[in-house]
Amino acid sequence: MTIARAFDYLKPASVAEAARALARYGDRGRLLAGGTDLISLMTEDIVRPEAVIDLKGIRGLDGVSLKDGALRIGSLATFSDIAESNVVRKKFPLIREMIGWVASNGIRHRATMAGNICSAVPCCDSGPILLVYDATVHVAGPKGKRKIPIAEWFTGPRKTSLHKGEVAVAITIPQPRRKHAGCFVKLRRYSGEDLAQASVTVMLFHGQSYRVAFGSVAPTPIRATPIEKLLEGKPITDALVASAVAMVPQIASPITDIRSSKEYRLHMLGVMLERALRAADSRFEGDGPEYGKELI
Amino acid sequence: MKKTISITLNGERRSIDVSPSDILLDVLREKLGIKSPKIGCERGDCGVCTILYDGKTVRSCLILAIEADGHEITTVEGLGRDGLTPLQHAFVDRNAFQCGFCASGMVLAATELLRHNSHPDKKEIQEAISGNLCRCTGYEPIIEAVREVSRKAGKRS
Repeated sequence: MTIARAFDYLKPASVAEAARALARYGDRGRLLAGGTDLISLMTEDIVRPEAVIDLKGIRGLDGVSLKDGALRIGSLATFSDIAESNVVRKKFPLIREMIGWVASNGIRHRATMAGNICSAVPCCDSGPILLVYDATVHVAGPKGKRKIPIAEWFTGPRKTSLHKGEVAVAITIPQPRRKHAGCFVKLRRYSGEDLAQASVTVMLFHGQSYRVAFGSVAPTPIRATPIEKLLEGKPITDALVASAVAMVPQIASPITDIRSSKEYRLHMLGVMLERALRAADSRFEGDGPEYGKELI
Repeated sequence: MKKTISITLNGERRSIDVSPSDILLDVLREKLGIKSPKIGCERGDCGVCTILYDGKTVRSCLILAIEADGHEITTVEGLGRDGLTPLQHAFVDRNAFQCGFCASGMVLAATELLRHNSHPDKKEIQEAISGNLCRCTGYEPIIEAVREVSRKAGKRS
């Protein structure tokens, strides 16, 4: 099945050139990085761009590196690039744990984290992880460069706060200074290509401060701030976990769709929150399940 | 708006005219005569169109042919140019495919795994082929074929 509609293919050599092309085509232009989302949408005739602007000719958009206390993930860095990076292996095990549950090698070798958050589907696995790390998206456009905090990035299903003509060039993730541990749990029907029915991400910092995020249970990935406030300063106990789980229905607003019913999503969100909190807590103490272990 | 792209396909330089809307999988099959990547779901879910792209498994249904300009592609036709590989022999010996539709993708996914990890455990094999669906075998003979190659590799070293 070929793509039904003809389009122009542009391969700019600089971000400025890409932004100019994007500004010229407006909503009729689409940026291409890994293509795992865009190409399938075009093949199925859901997205019909007049121009596809391939970013892969731009130098400096790839790479994963630690600079000034933050992990910099270039827009063209694939999930495999990120997972294989030494600095991610050593310092960001939670990111690696998440990537282990993103589709399979054939997708991870191609799909980019930047593309994942630019597609901005509610089930995108990168969203909750970037939320608990308080990441920043760096964009460049006709009016220059700006930084968008990840908390302000997602504005709705497939919607972001990118302005017309803007290109996401990198994601930076501050390396936590305090001792910390985390856990990412993803519910899906089978390993391999399935999207999340629901996901829970937990980070626990020295001093018993917590960050919690959910995926696939709201129009965007969300931080569970009321749960974070409840947990703040307290050790993980059975009673505290039960109180946190009881708050899930106030925070998550899942829908029923082809992958799951909303009732199942809500129930499993509680189960996963409990497991993620306990796993993060025991990882913090140095005796938890290894990162990447299947917890559901 | 046709453009001529040059690729290295199974070790040979090939040039071909493509339109931006041409999918790499279709160009390989229909214009370059490479039939081992199969047409399955055409949305990246099933893995039957798997190829090695600069040495890494990718879904050829999710790549525009025009993107492949300057890249190196290997398919089962290229793997077996000097006869079947030990992995392919193991697939045959263990009847690790029935209808054969998933076989090209499975062989490439397992080949990639064994290049990086000559002694994978069962979980690692399952993870490596998790993006390749098989509706005949129940996967066990495929996993056994990979393990057999791993065991033999261990004996040689």
